[in-house]
Amino acid sequence: MRPPCDPSKFVAEIVKNVPPSGIRRFFDLVSGLEDVISLGVGEPDFITPWHIREMCIHSLEKGQTSYTSNYGLPELRDELSRTYYRRYGLDYDPASEILVTTGVSEAIDIALRAVVNPGDEVIVVQPAYVAYVPAVVLAGGKPVIVSTHRDDEFRLTAEVLKPAITSKTRAIVLNFPNNPTGAIMTREDLEDIADLVAEHDLLVISDEVYECLTYEGKHIPFSSLEGMKERTVMLNGFSKAYAMTGMRLGFAMAAPEIIRSMMMIHQYSMLCAPITAQIGALEALRNGNDEMERMVREYDRRRHFIVRGFNRIGLDCFTPKGAFYAFPYVGATGLSSSEFSERLLNEKRVVAIPGDVFGEAGEGFLRCAYAASMDDLKKAIDRMDEFVGGL
Amino acid sequence: MDEKIRHILEILENDARASPDEIAALTDMTAQEVSQAIAKLEETGVIRHYKTIIDWDLVGENYVYAVIELKVTLERNQGYQVIAERIYKFPEVRSVRLLSGDYDISLTVRGKSMKDVAFFVAEKIATLDQVQNTATHFVLKTYKEDGVILHEPEAIKRLPVSL
Ligand SMILES: Cc1ncc(COP(=O)(O)O)c(C=O)c1O
Repeated sequence: MRPPCDPSKFVAEIVKNVPPSGIRRFFDLVSGLEDVISLGVGEPDFITPWHIREMCIHSLEKGQTSYTSNYGLPELRDELSRTYYRRYGLDYDPASEILVTTGVSEAIDIALRAVVNPGDEVIVVQPAYVAYVPAVVLAGGKPVIVSTHRDDEFRLTAEVLKPAITSKTRAIVLNFPNNPTGAIMTREDLEDIADLVAEHDLLVISDEVYECLTYEGKHIPFSSLEGMKERTVMLNGFSKAYAMTGMRLGFAMAAPEIIRSMMMIHQYSMLCAPITAQIGALEALRNGNDEMERMVREYDRRRHFIVRGFNRIGLDCFTPKGAFYAFPYVGATGLSSSEFSERLLNEKRVVAIPGDVFGEAGEGFLRCAYAASMDDLKKAIDRMDEFVGGL
Repeated sequence: MDEKIRHILEILENDARASPDEIAALTDMTAQEVSQAIAKLEETGVIRHYKTIIDWDLVGENYVYAVIELKVTLERNQGYQVIAERIYKFPEVRSVRLLSGDYDISLTVRGKSMKDVAFFVAEKIATLDQVQNTATHFVLKTYKEDGVILHEPEAIKRLPVSL
């Protein structure tokens, strides 16, 4: 008889070293509960605008179900190039400086794998989207954590960043507008960071997936700063702005050398992004602006509503200027983030994600997505009011 | 247009019953500021009317609706306005529009029965001097009214938690 086998020994060390996601754990806590109101969702509550879905359906009817160029449909890259030129005067060559990916998620992964050598340090600014640290680890790099603070409204300052830079630093991952804090950067903040980036010869991986969800002021792409285009891998996608999460479509814009190396990985691991989603994305860029702006205005109203609500019930909340998250401080209740959210879930059936899931800097805070219906937001605030009152 | 005003109008267009308090919370204004802004919008005629969309079928009031297309001849010194006014004064007439294309004017008419509507058109509309001919189309089912879908299919479920 052949010896028994323990499959766990086949799991690679590098994967074992990836810590489990705190959000995943929360998911398990929620499943099975009834009458739950969720502020835990990182996706729009809108359905993809009909004209986009209709275009996808039409393409399927026509039989457009083939592979595309590894880089993505040429028309889509042309339209992306035009869009960024129109919005910001940014000049990206559609043939060599744009790669269409399966969501920003894939773009994060391949951007890091394309530039990180074993042992390179990559600075991750926390509170941060949960994918960055694991993606750095899986790329063989060493994540170095830098924390932003409530007092700076979670903007990254040069003072905080500078001490984290060493001779081994390769890149910085930035994400503004930010998940989970809703923070955006001012031009001065960005210029300070750009100075450091140039001084220390670094690369910036800038996840700007919430670009269009900027409510106050205008979004500033990191690559639009003087001297930063060659030093930036700009990542973006259609999930948030056009409510296309399940379509899985994103893109990267960077120098030809970097795009080519990302494509090297992409062509073997993904081959190309799904064609139906690419066709939908093209339609979104061409004709989706009105619908997108309508959704943004709707988020903007919910933003005011939820921020005022939190402050009224005694949870200090700064006004986030981007994305669709509010990040109230719950530490004053004497509970930790995770105690607060676990009890809130069990006692009042409201899901909000504890801030420490996004890094230690998030401890004391709660990520509340306001991409939920007004009815749900009202109920959530009422229930949280009762909860806080009963503590 | 001022962004705050746009927000107020969009909120009210969706829900005419939104209170100044509710609107204030959505726009980072005070309820008083909202009331003042709305009063001004009403005065200047930007806000015309507050109305309710009702599915009368559900309470057993089976109104009959018809779209009527009119071809008209204009008389000397008279524009379309004159004929439109004659027509819109009938309470049976729910809307009157001047159109480009084959027909000049389109009406929606509401009555208690098909006979009701047909007689109304034959007696009151077709007999007008300026009306050359009419085409009556009875409405069989309304799927969407003024931007509101009347029989919405079930909502799609999202995962309760995601990244
Ligand atoms: C900051 C950030 N980046 C990337 C993603 C993933 O985006 P995509 O759906 O394009 O993979 C998310 C989704 O929540 C996000 O919040």
